[in-house]
Formats: sequence, structure tokens, C-alpha cells
Amino acid sequence: MNRLSIIGLVIVIIFVLVAIFAPWIAHYDVGATNLAMRYMPPSAAHWFGTDSTGRDIFSRVIFGARISLEVGVIVVLVSAFVGTIIGAVAGFYSGWVDSVLSGYIFNIFLAFPGLLLAIALVAFLGAGLNKLIFALCIIGWVGYARLIRAQVLKVREYDFVQAARALGAGDLRILFVHILPNAIQPLIVQASLGMAGAVLSEASLSFLGLGVPPPAPSWGVMIEEARDLSTLQAAPHALIFPGLAIALTVLAFNFIGDGLREYLDPRQRGR
Amino acid sequence: MTPKLFGLVRRIGLLILVVWTVVSLVTILIEMVPGDPAVAVLGEQATPEQLAQFRAKHGLDRPPFFFGFPIDKNGQRQFKWYGLNNRYDDYWIAILHGDLGKSFRTDQPVFGLIVERYPATIELAIAAMLVAVAIAIPLGVIAGKNRGTLIDNILSVLALIGISLPGFVIGPMLVYIFAVKLGWLAPSGRFEWSDIILPAITLGAALSAILTRMVRSSVIEELGEGYVRTARAKGLSERAVVYKHVLKNGLIPVVTVLGLQLGILLAGAIITEKIFGWPGLGLLLVEDGIGKRDYRIVQGCVLAISTTYIIANTLTDMLYRWLDPRIRVS
Repeated sequence: MNRLSIIGLVIVIIFVLVAIFAPWIAHYDVGATNLAMRYMPPSAAHWFGTDSTGRDIFSRVIFGARISLEVGVIVVLVSAFVGTIIGAVAGFYSGWVDSVLSGYIFNIFLAFPGLLLAIALVAFLGAGLNKLIFALCIIGWVGYARLIRAQVLKVREYDFVQAARALGAGDLRILFVHILPNAIQPLIVQASLGMAGAVLSEASLSFLGLGVPPPAPSWGVMIEEARDLSTLQAAPHALIFPGLAIALTVLAFNFIGDGLREYLDPRQRGR
Repeated sequence: MTPKLFGLVRRIGLLILVVWTVVSLVTILIEMVPGDPAVAVLGEQATPEQLAQFRAKHGLDRPPFFFGFPIDKNGQRQFKWYGLNNRYDDYWIAILHGDLGKSFRTDQPVFGLIVERYPATIELAIAAMLVAVAIAIPLGVIAGKNRGTLIDNILSVLALIGISLPGFVIGPMLVYIFAVKLGWLAPSGRFEWSDIILPAITLGAALSAILTRMVRSSVIEELGEGYVRTARAKGLSERAVVYKHVLKNGLIPVVTVLGLQLGILLAGAIITEKIFGWPGLGLLLVEDGIGKRDYRIVQGCVLAISTTYIIANTLTDMLYRWLDPRIRVS
């Protein structure tokens, strides 16, 4: 494993711990406003300062980790599960099933820029955490499906699969016991990059007002609230800290994904 | 039919099928609005007459599709065939006449609004691509030529950081530095030529990082080819080898990535335009469409952006095949 993926892993572990223990780490109520204390710079009492309504930015960033990681984990698990099943079916049965799935359905989903489809879905369904997760799963599964399809197409030609078939194993057994366990390694890379993508998309949609509605401390919402000119002038830290949190989390998952890819595919090393 | 012609026909067929599905999805998006779109637009206090008038004006009083399962007098869901008198059909006929319906708020034709805003978005996307290419080619070449060295490692990490920093973080930070602190540039709007600088950098940053990685691996691959040895053997300077020979071949995959990234640029433009008040399609979608629940505008913008994306992808694919004859065969 390379050094960068270790750094990534450490950052992710810190964020997970922070998300789990958020109520013990944050020492202010995330919604408690205090107009007398607005725009306070970072200090011993408010480590990251306060925002335009006097809320403690440190506490909000800490609780924001919960939203980001929750969305990321659910989206990646659901998308990977659905994508794996559909991709495996397409790759295993090939023929017309594959033509319909990979030739048509995959192309439909790839025909939209992912974020646009998510924006469109949430714009019509209405904002909210569950709808946001649903929209991100809709745009997420196809990446996994394409990957698994290609893997299954390769693995099913191996001798051990032919051997299992000769021994009389049924389709389901061959697919789930023999092919999939040998095909899902690259899924880990995709899942790690998918976490980065999901965290980013959640923040983007919340920034656009389509995700978690304020006053929930989503990092995207915090940035949206911090970017008007008077707040920028008085309290740039209200923008910088949630921005850093997003960048660090996304960077960490990208580091892990990149490192894993190199590890799993030695030909890629040093390229 | 020759295999080449068959391939082309197949591709065009698929393209038509994809466009048809995308348009269909966009037309039925409005059915996903929870409750009644008319109430969502006019508000709870609207009178039944106002609601009925609104529905009639925008064709919302007609059945959504060719068939449906309305609830009959006995409270049972029954299959009912509506025939051609439906909204899905209406929308298609209108689209084929270049009509995307009227704004729910202002009654302006949505097609006109899109035509008005479209140039600003394309301008921004092209500027962002130029920024990205201007950064990526030199950095990618430097990293590729010095593969495995400290410079290469630093550039690789920088590229990953660039990919990880979203536009809505970079953009407001640029506004803070260049508009609030230094006062060199305007924080928003599209009035002077210099107004495009900050949005273009914001939108181009992530793309430049992706492209840098592409150019780097491309340069590394090409440097190992036989023709490079020949060029060096005949005494060409390293500079000439890289910029005249290696880049020429190495840029082929970069062209593809550039085309495929246009979709990400267009989606990213939605956010960038919101940050900088840049009056393009994204701002139309977010402020006039989503912000005011003007679903007709949302439909139109989604359609315009995804169609642009599909056309750009098809053109990229054709360009790629033309540039690299090896792909034409397979």
C-alpha cells in the first residue's frame, strides 16, 4: 500500500470517529443562535469561530460529518448492491439480456451528466435527505454495473468456471459462488471513489438548496450560508472550515481509491 | 451491409433511442411532483377557479399518458385508455415544433429563455476548458518527463487535491481573495470581459486536475515508443521530441476526455453560475426554475443540457475514431 492511501485511511478513520462521537465532541447546540456572538473569529471558546447567526462552526462541522458519511455509506452500499446484481446478470447471460441492459439501459443513465439527473430528480420530488439519497443511488448504480459486467465477462471464461459447470452446478451457484467472488475486487476501488463522489454530491445538492434543508448542519448548507459578501467580509472562517472538511474527506477517499487501484493493478504502478 | 456501415447505423439507432428516452423521462418528471403541481406553483391559498384556469392554460388538466389507472365511482382503480389526447403526446408535438411550453410564472416561452441564456453557458464552458488545457498540458508534460521524481509526486498530489476541491468551495474563496480582499475583480455578474476570469477558473480547476493526470500518463506511454528513439537518434532536441512528436500522439486520449468531461462541465456550470450570478442555463435552472418551482423551466433546462451533452459525446466519439484509426477497426 502506498503512503497516500495510508494518509487517506487515517483521515477517514478520524472522520468516522468524529461522526460517531459527535455529541461528545461538540460542545454547543448546532442550532443555537446567538446574535450577540455573530461573526466571532476562532478562539478558545469557539475553535472555528461563529457564523452570521452566532452558531458555533466547530460543532456544526462535527455534526456535518454525520450527514456526509451517512449519505455516503447508504448511497455506496445501495448503488454497489444494485449495480452488482444488474451488472452480473448482464455479463453472465450476455445475449439479448446484455444488449438491453448494457446496450440500452446503461447508456440512458450515462446520457445524463450525473449531477444534473440528481438535481432534476430532487427538483421534482422536493428537497430532503431521503430523496437526496434516492437520487444519488439512481445515478450511482450504473458505474458499478458496468464494472461488474466487464469483470464477469472475463471471469466466466476461466477454466474453474467451466469445471464447475461440468460438475453440474446451476447458473445461480456458478454466478454467486464461483464468478462473483473472483470478480468484485475492483468494486472496492469504485466504492472508495464512490464515497468521494457521494460526499461531494450531497454537499453540492445541499449547496443548491436541494439536499438537507437548513438549519441542518450539512457542509454544503454551511458554505451556501457563508458565501454572501457581508459574511465573507466579516467571517471568512465560516467558509473555510466547512470547505476544508469537504475537501479533506473527498481527498481522503480519493487517496484510498487511487492507492487501492495501484495495489490491485500492478501495471498501473508509477504511471 | 459492410461492418463499418452497420456500426454507424447501429450507433445512430441507439442515439435516437437514447434521445427519445431522455426526452420521455424529462416529460414525465413533472408527474413526480408530490401532490398537485398547480397547488405547488400557485400556493395553498389559490381559489379553485385560479387552479382550474392554470391547469387549463398549461395543459395540466389533460391525462398524463396514453393510459392510466384513475379511481372510479366505486373507489376502485380501473385501467383507462385515453388515446392521443394526453400530455406526453402534447409535449412531443410541441418539442418537434421547437416549443418547450410556457413559464408557469411569467408565461414567457421557455424555448426563448433557453436560447437567450445558452450562449453565456457555452462561453463559460469554453473558457473553463481553455483554463484547464492551459494548466494541464505544461504540468502533465513536466510530470510525465520526470516520472517518479519529487516534482512528479508533488504534481500528482496537487492534481488529486484539485479533483477533490469542489467548485462551491473554490469559487467563494476566489471571491473572498480577488473581490472582497484585493478588490481586483467583481464578485458576480457578466458585464465586463474580466468577469469571466473567476467563474472560468472555478469551473476549470477540477478539469485541469483530471487532464493533468491524462497528459502525464499519455506522455509516459508515448515516450516509450520507437519513434521517440528515432527522433532522439536523429539529434532532435528533447523539447522538439516532446512538443512536436510526443504531444501530437499523446493528445488523442486527452481530446476524448475533454469531450466526455463536457457533461461534468455543464453540470458544474449550474453551481458555478449560481456562485457568480452568471446568467446562463444553470442560473435559469436554479433560480427561475427550481427556486420558483417553475417546472416548465426545469424541464426545458434539463432537456437542453442533456441534449448538448449527448451531442458532444457523439461528436467526441466520432472525432476519436477519426484521429485514431486503430479504433475504427475494432
